[in-house]
Amino acid sequence: MATTTEVLVIGGGSTGTGIARDLAMRGVDVTLVEQGNLTHGTTGRMHGLLHSGGRYAVADQASATECIEENRVLRDIAGHCVEMTGGLFVKRPEDTDEYFEEKLQGCRECGIPAEVLSAEEAREVEPYLAKDIDRAIEVPDGAVDPFRLVVANAVSAEDHGARIETHAEVVDLLTDGDEVTGVRVKHDSGPGKREHGLPGETEEIHAEHVVNATGAWSGQLGEMAGVDVEVRPSKGVMVVMNVRQVDTVVNRCKPKGDADIVVPHETTAILGTTDEEVDDPEDYPEEGWEVDHMIDELSKLVPILSDARTIRSFWGVRPLYEPPDTGTTDPTDITRDFFLLDHADRDGVDGLTTVVGGKFTTYRLMAEKVTDHVCDHLGVRASCVTADEPLPGSENLDRLDSAMDDYGLRSPVARRSKQRLGSYAPDVLGTDEPNPVLCECEAVTRAEVQHAIGQAGTDLNAVRLRTRASMGNCQGGFCCHRLANELHPEYDAETAESSLDELWQERWKGHRHALWGEQLSQAMLNHTLHATTWNRDGDDADVDWDAFATPTRTATDGGSHDRD
Amino acid sequence: MIATEVLVVGGGLAGSVAALSAAREGAQVTLVSKAESTLKQASGLVDVLGRVDGELVADPFDAIQGLPDDHPYSVVGVDALHGGLALFDDVTGDRYRGGDRNALVPTTQGTVKPTLRYPGSVAPGIAGDGRETLLVGISTDPDFDAKRAAESLDATVPGDVRGVTVRFPRLRDDAKRTRHAKLLTESEEFRAKLVEKIAPRVDGADRVGFPAVFGEDPAFVRDELEARFDAAGAPVSVFEVPTGPPSIPGSRLRDLLRNELEDAGVELVTGVPVVDFEAEPGDTDAGDAADDADRVASVVVDRNGARVPYAPEQVVLATGGLVGEGIDSERDRVYEPIFDLHVPHPDDRYDWSAEGAFGDHAFARFGVRIDAEGRPLGENEAVAYENLRAAGAVVGGADTAMQKAASGVSLATGWRAGTRAAAESGVNNA
Repeated sequence: MATTTEVLVIGGGSTGTGIARDLAMRGVDVTLVEQGNLTHGTTGRMHGLLHSGGRYAVADQASATECIEENRVLRDIAGHCVEMTGGLFVKRPEDTDEYFEEKLQGCRECGIPAEVLSAEEAREVEPYLAKDIDRAIEVPDGAVDPFRLVVANAVSAEDHGARIETHAEVVDLLTDGDEVTGVRVKHDSGPGKREHGLPGETEEIHAEHVVNATGAWSGQLGEMAGVDVEVRPSKGVMVVMNVRQVDTVVNRCKPKGDADIVVPHETTAILGTTDEEVDDPEDYPEEGWEVDHMIDELSKLVPILSDARTIRSFWGVRPLYEPPDTGTTDPTDITRDFFLLDHADRDGVDGLTTVVGGKFTTYRLMAEKVTDHVCDHLGVRASCVTADEPLPGSENLDRLDSAMDDYGLRSPVARRSKQRLGSYAPDVLGTDEPNPVLCECEAVTRAEVQHAIGQAGTDLNAVRLRTRASMGNCQGGFCCHRLANELHPEYDAETAESSLDELWQERWKGHRHALWGEQLSQAMLNHTLHATTWNRDGDDADVDWDAFATPTRTATDGGSHDRD
Repeated sequence: MIATEVLVVGGGLAGSVAALSAAREGAQVTLVSKAESTLKQASGLVDVLGRVDGELVADPFDAIQGLPDDHPYSVVGVDALHGGLALFDDVTGDRYRGGDRNALVPTTQGTVKPTLRYPGSVAPGIAGDGRETLLVGISTDPDFDAKRAAESLDATVPGDVRGVTVRFPRLRDDAKRTRHAKLLTESEEFRAKLVEKIAPRVDGADRVGFPAVFGEDPAFVRDELEARFDAAGAPVSVFEVPTGPPSIPGSRLRDLLRNELEDAGVELVTGVPVVDFEAEPGDTDAGDAADDADRVASVVVDRNGARVPYAPEQVVLATGGLVGEGIDSERDRVYEPIFDLHVPHPDDRYDWSAEGAFGDHAFARFGVRIDAEGRPLGENEAVAYENLRAAGAVVGGADTAMQKAASGVSLATGWRAGTRAAAESGVNNA
């Protein structure tokens, strides 16, 4: 099959969906394709920090200034995705005073509100900080839910006429001489909503312009067009704790290094991170020492972390980029700035633009610049409004509290639902059907899961990302099967079963990195429940029924006859 | 010091069986437990051996013969399993059913599970005889989607399986199973309304299965419901489908064992974790593998902050495995927290588990190793303490979850430890 669109965006991360939203709002006909789920790549594997810019205030002031500006924009347009926790840059005795002063100075130069706190004042803000810290700088860091934000961008783009196609992998670029004229995608046979293609089908999508927003995969995509995009993927580990040990973002105030940040994120705290170059963004080692290193290092800032329970770990890959011949050897020294590569200019290949580098906090600004460039190319004159128009779910948040009844939910549950759903809450939760809690760890109700299934189809991982169901302490041991139940009867039992198996394996993959102490105990309980109580560990399609006892067919069973 | 002949630590299935076995041999028994046992999380079924190398097992006693030498069953011997089962059958009477071959019990997930002993309330639901089944789900109980389970079962078991979902009147959306059970047990009006809703859907089915919410007296609830179905012109057998936690059949088994322990004269002390112990040189000429072993001289429990020492002649450790925290771990080690018994485990934490969710997990085998007497062994294969035995999930060596063997191992090791402890304490009293 073949379709046409004005602009084809490749990549369903924050940059890609941000571009799709911006283009659509300027009246451009846009199609976005993503090989996996939205946020399948780097966006879905970040620590959830909404930068104040403080982190870059010494080494990269341009980025720092962009961060604080976008930080304010996102608080405005994406209130239901952001939690303004505040952040601290904490100085330990072994960290230098010079750097502390540089950091403070840098923040002020970049327009980042920054206050110095004494050790006592810092511990008033964050009681679990180590006793031996010297002082801290308070900045407006926050926490952001990248998936919620990306989904909101995708929904907004669709509302403005865009087509968003997940589980659609680009297998080839269509070219005409020196011009890129579209892509060939293969629709995945995995779970998900299939509105356009069927699993296993390929589709040619013809476009006037193609935007490569594939992050760490940009190099692979460039190759299809015969252009060189030298992305340097760099991996980082994130360790997820069982509770919010801190309610403030805690950064270590030193020039650079691994394991220097704790982000309170929803019901968890996320420790990060490392910065290590890898060859393949999809295949790199995930090692236990990295997990141990996070816990040991960050315990110097927050001592209770050393004996705290972690529930999983995950790794992400940054799409670092620097212009050819820059020659930086240490990935931590590569700029976090973003680059727009106009391949017509650069390589003599028309119809293709690549955007690489950058960071989540400034996704909207990157999208604006790329959209300006593409619109320029297409002769579209509309201007950008994405900084002023709230994202779906974030409209009228101040009126939400007063408008929202508790829908018969216990109030902590209602509160959590409201935080996740934002202004959608009344539509989603206003159901006449019974609405029990399905995921107790994260307080996710049936109505919310059904709403997510409506968007994501049988892909329970996408349901998880939309709702946070199965992301708490038990790592889905007590709720994955409930999510699968919700797929039935719209989807058949076999589909529900395979969706469950897929989610269960995905949960296990990250859970493995947390298996000691209470979390190993939890894993054993999960194992017992799934293997023993439900016997889900075998494929018992061909049972020799005659070999087994039944109450009505057995002669040797010492009194096992039933009353009937 | 509180003197006792046999001190059992842990009040789950293994600890209860050990205490009952010892008491029946005439020993004076004290059972201390730190918390609520994990029995209420268990389905209430007693699996003995249901899967080996991925294949379902119909005859567990035959399959046991083929298990490796270090499997707990091989170590304590099949006679221990028979002993434990006989004791279990004796104390449960007609409340449990089952013979010497496994039956396949339908689960809330639409699978069937091989088990050797099952509550009487579960019996009519056993799969395989081709009788037509109607499963009933409760719309506010998200664990059991009767229609999904029925569709899966219908594809595998002989005989039609259908599902229906009903809304229990008068219950809030987050009502727990215990609330359902209370209503079913106490409210005649409620039972009447329920059957009124379901009877038109029976449509020729031979049996009707509910999630296991028949309360403390399931026979009563079944009789009442069956009589009403009869009166509605839809005669059926009514049965329970076992659930995950919170499990009412699991709680029933816990209560039943508790009553038996009391009747047997076992002294029960709950809410007291063991916090310390003292060892002394053992009997050096016992003439067996424990010749060089020390013995446990005293065990200290914490009773609301006070240290209370016991002076037992014999000790049975039945504190559970990783779930019950009888086995604990840190980032770089796995250990038994009371006596610091040897727990074999790979050095590298990443070898504790396999990549597949249902892979060959080392952690599922974590636990102490024992000899034929039930005595834990040190790294050097020597008996750790001459008067200490271990039973239940604290004993490792097999993935009893995937083998559907955890309850059977508790029965076998509990019986072995309890009877040997009683015999030894008798020796000392003679």
